[in-house]
Amino acid sequence: MTVTNPKLSNTTFGVQSIWTRNRPIYRPPLFLWLAALTVAVLAILPLGYLIIRAAGAGYEKVWNILLRPRTHEILFGSAGLALSVTLLSIVIGVTLAWLTVRTDLPGRKFWAVATILPLVIPSYVGAFTLISAFGPRGLVQGWLEPFGVERLPSIYGFPGALLALTLFTYPYILLSVRAALHGLDPSLEEAARSLGRSPFQVFREITLPHLRPSILAGALLVALYTLSDFGAVSMLRFDSFTRAIYMQYSASFDRSVAAVLALLLVGLTLVILIFEHRMRSKARYYRSSSGTVRPATPVKLGKWRWPALAFCSFIALLGLVTPLLVIGYWLARGISAGEPLNLQPAIVFNSVVASGAAGVVAIFAAIPVTVLAIRFPGLVSRGLEKCVYIGYALPGIVIALSLVFFGANYALFLYQTIFLLIFAYVVRFLPQAIGSARASLLQVSPRLEEASRNLGRTPIQTLSSITVPLIRPGLVTGLALVFLTAMKELPATLLLGPTGFSTMATRIWDTTEEAFFAQASVPALLLVMVSAVAVWLILSQEEKRARQ
Amino acid sequence: MNSIAIRCQHLSKKFSGVQAVDGVTLNLHEGHFLALLGPSGCGKTTTLRLLAGFEAPDEGEIAIGGQVVNGPGVFVPPERRSVGMVFQEYALFPHLSVADNVAYGIPKEIDKKERVHEALSLVGLANVATRMPYELSGGQQQRVALARAMAPRPQLILLDEPFSNLDAGLRTQVRAEVRQILRKAHATVIFVTHDQEEALSLADEVAVMMDGHIAQTDTPQKLYRHPINKQVATFLGNANFLPGQISNGQVTCELGRLPTSGIHTGPVEVMLRPEDLLLVPDELGAAEIVNREYFGHDQLIRVRLSSGSQLQSRLLGSEGDFYPGQRVGLKVRDSVVIYPV
Repeated sequence: MTVTNPKLSNTTFGVQSIWTRNRPIYRPPLFLWLAALTVAVLAILPLGYLIIRAAGAGYEKVWNILLRPRTHEILFGSAGLALSVTLLSIVIGVTLAWLTVRTDLPGRKFWAVATILPLVIPSYVGAFTLISAFGPRGLVQGWLEPFGVERLPSIYGFPGALLALTLFTYPYILLSVRAALHGLDPSLEEAARSLGRSPFQVFREITLPHLRPSILAGALLVALYTLSDFGAVSMLRFDSFTRAIYMQYSASFDRSVAAVLALLLVGLTLVILIFEHRMRSKARYYRSSSGTVRPATPVKLGKWRWPALAFCSFIALLGLVTPLLVIGYWLARGISAGEPLNLQPAIVFNSVVASGAAGVVAIFAAIPVTVLAIRFPGLVSRGLEKCVYIGYALPGIVIALSLVFFGANYALFLYQTIFLLIFAYVVRFLPQAIGSARASLLQVSPRLEEASRNLGRTPIQTLSSITVPLIRPGLVTGLALVFLTAMKELPATLLLGPTGFSTMATRIWDTTEEAFFAQASVPALLLVMVSAVAVWLILSQEEKRARQ
Repeated sequence: MNSIAIRCQHLSKKFSGVQAVDGVTLNLHEGHFLALLGPSGCGKTTTLRLLAGFEAPDEGEIAIGGQVVNGPGVFVPPERRSVGMVFQEYALFPHLSVADNVAYGIPKEIDKKERVHEALSLVGLANVATRMPYELSGGQQQRVALARAMAPRPQLILLDEPFSNLDAGLRTQVRAEVRQILRKAHATVIFVTHDQEEALSLADEVAVMMDGHIAQTDTPQKLYRHPINKQVATFLGNANFLPGQISNGQVTCELGRLPTSGIHTGPVEVMLRPEDLLLVPDELGAAEIVNREYFGHDQLIRVRLSSGSQLQSRLLGSEGDFYPGQRVGLKVRDSVVIYPV
């Protein structure tokens, strides 16, 4: 071509801007670094400040707190609850997965849906419905009174916490094990049968080892959820870390105790993450073959189908039917009694604004981190991404506590404002935004960005005209996820919400504390619907990922 | 002769310890069409990416249109190189229409509408301007990618394995079309391929790349007839090799005394293409036919010499009927190429 490009002839190579000089394309542009670094620093701020704060109490004091019997009680209580909930969830989840995928259970499809659905009930909503149903002078006792039943076994304490958390978290394991069972090649099991093993031996020696990674993945979610749960354990009066931290904080005379307890909780979370990581590296060995597999011949349950049906019904009754019935009961009673349902539009508005803002901020924060980590893989960019994932390991109450301290000491202009709350939401839920942005960006060929550079666009122009439009579906999903999960968030909202600031979540908390169950019913119903949408989003996203 | 459009000197690039490009030197005249030919993993795509500015060389210099874009202390980012690239998988922006794809790289001060129409007309696709990329066939996508790369009127167009994603039937046709389009635009082109037939049939010049460096750059005919070494000779097609001895401008080998253009003396290796070896049915001939593959328009015949070494001969399908065990005499059609041992 004889026509010279005006752009090239106008450029004097000696005086390029410092942004582009000697900066090959594989080295990320400076603006990306700066943005990602800012996000990472802000994400580790809560934990960092908490450590400083706890250390500020002094060696001796920290040591004293650590040695108190009360601290040990809480530590063993929390760890014990997490362990029990996880084990019980594994038993329930694996059994239900096997029954609904691999057997001729009548109505498998129906039971699959009915036993996954408890996932949409936020644990504190579930806890309040359980208390209302099985608690002292609760609905069930009311029905049983004519038969002379004066007392039910107490719902409060460990049994109640175990029941509530297991019922509303085992679906994590059910989901991942179901997926693994669908992907497991039945010819492996058939081979084992032909080599002389009984069905039970095959399950133990072939099926179970293949399910290990998926059990582990689900168990991690269950354990982390249990440790970070605040609402359910508090309503059920079980002394776990989150409740103890909140009570220490409310008692307020010595806040360093709360800080130390919070750090201990983070430590426990990290132990679980490390344990999971170790197990996972071992489990990789067992990964089942990829690709579409022929469906397995269903196992004939025979007369066992009656106990199997009873089991499925029992779980669905407790985990799904009870909560919905209780909410419906209080809703109907409230309406028939002419009680004002007491859901001011302001409360819904607060929920929507705070979580919506968190969603938008999280997405903008996720973009530079994700682009950097995927397009410019290296030690530093991966390190930054890891920093941002910290929210995953930080229970909401820990983030909130740290930000309360931080706001009161260093950022009074933010303290008691909605901005600090939004910041807490973003730190906590940023991993979800990054997760979906990441999945989208991995689908976009880097050749497209190169083509854009090749056609004369700068890195920033390329990001805004090619990369962002192409990952928009993932960004929208991420935004929706953060929005929906933040709306259910309880402890951070309680601690960081400005005085008089109420959301649907805190409304449920306030009214159930005073046993005004009718007033909790409308926000509870709304939150169940919100989390149903969130769960549906996550599942359809995973399905999409699995298909690609 | 046109002026030099591209000059690369001693380009080197290492990726985590592996020397992908090792001292590549390359010059290309304006309006010329160069094929960068080599087996996979020889560094040809990396060379292309160095030219486009997607990678920076560890050493060496690149000048485009007389201006240094890579060199000591200089790195011009890809967006300011005036190099158009057609990617192997086309890399059409899936969220933009065909017209918007083509308009994407056109500088602001130029009437985009007119330029888009011009570029799309050149590739014969003005009628699909409003469609989305996924609505096009593979061959059409290829031509849109070409139009997009050409629309800003770059000084150099790079094509990375441009025809490898097309099925065999379509490939020959698209190849000819692309060649014609680029000719019409007088574009300076470098294209990367591992297909020797493609390189020889399309390019003005072919640079054979092996193990990170350029073994030989020549016109297709010179390259095929006079490959610089055994490696290049075998990469470009079938070749027979025989030991020989040179004296007085002639080489003596098992086939007798043959004319050669080489100027060595002493022991050499003789290379002759199968189509240069003629067979004549002869009861007392020096060779015996081992097997024969008949393709229709030509046939490939393997013969054994009395020394036991085997040679291949390619004849037209009409040049005789041969059968295994038959004795034949051998004749060499042209002067042979020799390599010093």
